[in-house]
Amino acid sequence: MTEDNTAPIIEFSNVAKRFGPLTVLDDFNFTVRKGEKVTLIGPSGSGKSTVLRILMTLEPFQDGRLTLSGMSYHEPNGKGPFKASERHLRQIRTHVGMVFQSFNLFPHMTVLRNVVEAPLRVLGIARAEAECRALQLLDMVGLADKKDFYPSQLSGGQQQRVAIARALAMRPRVLLFDEPTSALDPQLVGEVLSVIRGLAHEHDLTMLLVTHEMRFAREVSDRVCFFDKGRICEQGAPDEIFGAPREARTREFLSSVLA
Amino acid sequence: MMYGYEWDTTTWLTYTTSILPIILIGLTVTLKAAAAGFAIALVLGLAFALLRRSRLIAISWTTAVIVEFLRDTPLLVQLFFLYYVLPEFGIVLPAFLTGALALGLQYAAYTSEVYRGGIEAVARGQWEAATALNLTRMQAYRDIIIPQAIPRIVPAMGNYLVAMIKETPVLSVVTVMEMMGLANMIGERTFEYLVPLTLVGLIFLLLTLICSAGLHRLQKALPKAGIPLR
Amino acid sequence: MDWTAYLPMLWQGAFVTMTITLASIAVGAVLAFVFGIMRVEGGPILSTIALCYTEVFRGTSLLVQLFWFYYALPLVGLSFDPITTGILVLAAHAGGYGAEIVRGALSSVSTQQLEAARALNFSRLQTLFRVSLPQAIVEMMPAFGNLAIETLKLSSLVSLISIADLTFAAQSIRNITLDSTSIYSITLLCYFAMSLVLMVAIRVVERLVRRGQAFPQMPRS
Repeated sequence: MTEDNTAPIIEFSNVAKRFGPLTVLDDFNFTVRKGEKVTLIGPSGSGKSTVLRILMTLEPFQDGRLTLSGMSYHEPNGKGPFKASERHLRQIRTHVGMVFQSFNLFPHMTVLRNVVEAPLRVLGIARAEAECRALQLLDMVGLADKKDFYPSQLSGGQQQRVAIARALAMRPRVLLFDEPTSALDPQLVGEVLSVIRGLAHEHDLTMLLVTHEMRFAREVSDRVCFFDKGRICEQGAPDEIFGAPREARTREFLSSVLA
Repeated sequence: MMYGYEWDTTTWLTYTTSILPIILIGLTVTLKAAAAGFAIALVLGLAFALLRRSRLIAISWTTAVIVEFLRDTPLLVQLFFLYYVLPEFGIVLPAFLTGALALGLQYAAYTSEVYRGGIEAVARGQWEAATALNLTRMQAYRDIIIPQAIPRIVPAMGNYLVAMIKETPVLSVVTVMEMMGLANMIGERTFEYLVPLTLVGLIFLLLTLICSAGLHRLQKALPKAGIPLR
Repeated sequence: MDWTAYLPMLWQGAFVTMTITLASIAVGAVLAFVFGIMRVEGGPILSTIALCYTEVFRGTSLLVQLFWFYYALPLVGLSFDPITTGILVLAAHAGGYGAEIVRGALSSVSTQQLEAARALNFSRLQTLFRVSLPQAIVEMMPAFGNLAIETLKLSSLVSLISIADLTFAAQSIRNITLDSTSIYSITLLCYFAMSLVLMVAIRVVERLVRRGQAFPQMPRS
């Protein structure tokens, strides 16, 4: 691990994202350093989730430039909405993982197979090794004993923990959390947050987290970005944003969610 | 019926144009048979659906068995049954009516399920609301249940009508001269089957595409919330 | 004359009917998956080909198709025995409807599942075979069951291209004995019994698929 930890791993420069006539991101600039834990907050529809979905190549963007570890998302002669070949997109995806709001586990696979399937098929890791590592990850999220269960037999919190293990099994450098606790009953939020909190100590893992759990954001992140209308309205260390927000919009938003 | 006709089989084009008028006469028979069969299926299907909801177990079970039997046996054999067996009991119907009846019987089994599904899909709460408003069973059906069931029922019925049109060629085996029966007869006379059969196939394809497009528009036009009867 | 003397003939016919039905279902299922997948995943050219196939075989009447191929195939030098022609046409017909079932089920797989597969970097084929199809196949089963029964019923039409199936046997016996009532009643009951057996078989297959893919709490339609 001799890499410079201050080097940017993600760089959005002047990115624009439109859905038909609707502009979601406009002249968007955003940089994340390697290993940094960044929380994105803001009202719904402000573009936070779109940033994650663009990074995961679930959504294309139209203008500007986005790089991951120096690799550009758009290719010079790329075709289609993504302006890149499927091959290039798959290359990018090897570095990124995502945890979804509604878990999106595969209902027809056991917990263990959910975690093992992608390393086995995509990375081509041997089954024994993939299973061994999957069990370690399941142990880490506290669900090794549920390995032969199907997702429908688990609670929402358990499913989300499996989803985190599944994402980690692909050894991403960047892990994206898209409102990971929003679909959970209040009493199940804690177990998922504590797993994420554990990950926050991983030095090499870059984390982007969209959440409405403000106390948690303050606790785990290195930086908090407040989104409004497709731009980052204010960003800084958690204590600055939560303790002494400069912008009126930030104050407004925080008082409405912390009330 | 076709004595005296001559067909010009020199090229497929002259052949087609010379048989087209006769095939189009067959088309009217096809459509009439489907219309008659569909009318029978709509009425009989409703009767089956209501009988099946009867509170007398003997009635609802017998109906269920009859419907299942009609649905799980081939139209062709049912048609033969009606065509050969009814006369043994002194009931002599024209071939066209026998054919329409066979189509109607088979599809009544399908339409009864559509009625049943349509009625059952109307939420239970609607029945309870009708009861709370002290409506009679008849009033509840007429004012609450059926209006809401119609948007569900109509598209499914339309699909069965299209399916029925495509099954009418079976009637040719009991001498109903619809399109395909005519095409075969022309083939027997000229020893050239492909042109008449292709023509009939294309007409069916056209009919199906037109009907599907029409159904699609109808489905969009139907108000989702239901159609009041009065 | 006593019709019971003709039971062996009916039995032989029933055997032919069963054979043709099962063969058509098997070949039809292959066609259904091939063309259904082409519709969804095939890109502009392949999906148009699949669309034409389904529209032609769903849009024209089965009896017209049977006669057409019965007369047309020899003209292009392909002379199959009638049974092969019958099976191929029935299979193509069932395949046309089946392809629509496959297409419908595949396109009803939720986008969230597809996004999850994407986030795990599955290729398109891996997504299809490991994520979409295993989930879609459960959705397809009830419709496939109806299609199988439909194929059994429609197989009676092959008697009209001189294949000695159950319906053909019934016709022949009636022409000899003229005892329509008993013959056609027995024949209808035979078909009904075969349908019931087929339904049970379908239930078994459905249960296998369901257990294999384990949807413990999936609501049944």
